Amino acid sequence: MADEREIVLRIENLTKSFGDNVVIDGLDLEVRAGEVIVVIGPSGCGKSTLLRCINGLEEIQGGRILLDDQEVDGRSKNIAQIRQKLGMVFQSYDLFPHKTIIENVTLSPIVVQKRPKEEAIAEGEALLERVGLLDKRDDYPRQLSGGQKQRVTIARALAMQPEIMLLDEITAALDPEMVHEVLDVILDLAREGKTMIIVTHEMSFARAVADRVIFLEGGHIVEEGIPELFFTNPKTERAREFLHTFEFTAVRSHTVEE
Amino acid sequence: MELLGLDVLFKGSNAMRLLQGLGVAVEISIISVVISLVLGMLFGIFMTWKNPVARVISRIYLEIVRIMPQLVLLFIVFFGATRALGLNVSAELSSIIVFSFWGVGEMGDLVRGSLESIPVHQYESAAALGMTKGQIYYHVVIPQAVRRLIPMSINLVTRMIKTTSLILMIGVVEVMKVGQQIIEANRMVSPNAVFGIYGTILLLYFLVCWPISMLARHLEKKWSN
Repeated sequence: MADEREIVLRIENLTKSFGDNVVIDGLDLEVRAGEVIVVIGPSGCGKSTLLRCINGLEEIQGGRILLDDQEVDGRSKNIAQIRQKLGMVFQSYDLFPHKTIIENVTLSPIVVQKRPKEEAIAEGEALLERVGLLDKRDDYPRQLSGGQKQRVTIARALAMQPEIMLLDEITAALDPEMVHEVLDVILDLAREGKTMIIVTHEMSFARAVADRVIFLEGGHIVEEGIPELFFTNPKTERAREFLHTFEFTAVRSHTVEE
Repeated sequence: MELLGLDVLFKGSNAMRLLQGLGVAVEISIISVVISLVLGMLFGIFMTWKNPVARVISRIYLEIVRIMPQLVLLFIVFFGATRALGLNVSAELSSIIVFSFWGVGEMGDLVRGSLESIPVHQYESAAALGMTKGQIYYHVVIPQAVRRLIPMSINLVTRMIKTTSLILMIGVVEVMKVGQQIIEANRMVSPNAVFGIYGTILLLYFLVCWPISMLARHLEKKWSN
């Protein structure tokens, strides 16, 4: 099954370490246009670091990252320009607290991309509508719930019209009942064909959204595959063990009385 | 009136003289505050540098400012500089030097604190949106830092205004000194003036500082998040 889609992101032999601690160890990855890749793995396996490297937020020790054949390097002069093509959403929903919701969404299009204000606002409103928060347009971030803030952060990233969205455990800091409203937005984006790399601990979401699941451990890709196979019949023992940690076995038995 | 010694206030040009004395105190405060704000900003940015030499210098400076009583600093500059260095520094200039020395240190520390209080995620999410370093500071970091800074720096300003009541000790004829002169001159006829005059001075300081405090409170409420 040859994939005809163009490769937008190419990671070659990426190595990242903090001091002596090697977090990513010679990782290769290709991402095609429209692909949704979900990265899972135990904590400390380097998933978040991988996303931060792709966005040039971490200095890398080896290999390279090419976005549309342009090298991503946090120290280079054109990094700000490259980052415009990458919409990143972090775990902590860090909106700018001194700006209203619509200002949060339109700030970067106006000051970075120099788009006309009216156009940026119109698009910002359309994006807020899309994440279901147009009525919060003039509120400040502190007036919103965690889930709402995270939806605004997604709209803010989308406003830059990025080629790839990088989502770093975006629901990890949310109350359980708010997780769904955020993930629904992402499912919607996937349906539309947005290219995304998603780090998450929500396994049922991963299964629903992914084109390809990557299981990372010790800075290596231990296993990768389509979600239908990965979640039901993982090839490696490690992946099986990892998936097992999400299940619990009942310690009490109950009889259901009619 | 007699009982409180307030009648003295209306004798001759006493009220006017008190106000002029207040003018001197306020003038010295304003000049020192402006110097402190401007240089304090720069010093605050200097304090955020990771350079170890910069750290040691700012540390020592700040400790001196914190540990030394303002009165001692005033004496050192006014009497000490004249004796040791042979400089003839006027009392007013000495006051401005000491108040600025104090203000720059404290202001710098406030600026440092408010810059460092901006979470690293604010920088990162702005960077992830494609902003350059300059844009991040201009649109994201500085507006937030200033909101934290202004209420605290206004408190510093009122403290500086109140502390000008010390500069009579080096002979500046400000409101306290004028008050003393009026009380001395009327000691025989209205011994109670001591209460009336100092009470009036208290009220004058209050009238200068209170609006400033109200402004700080207002801004704090407006920007709280």
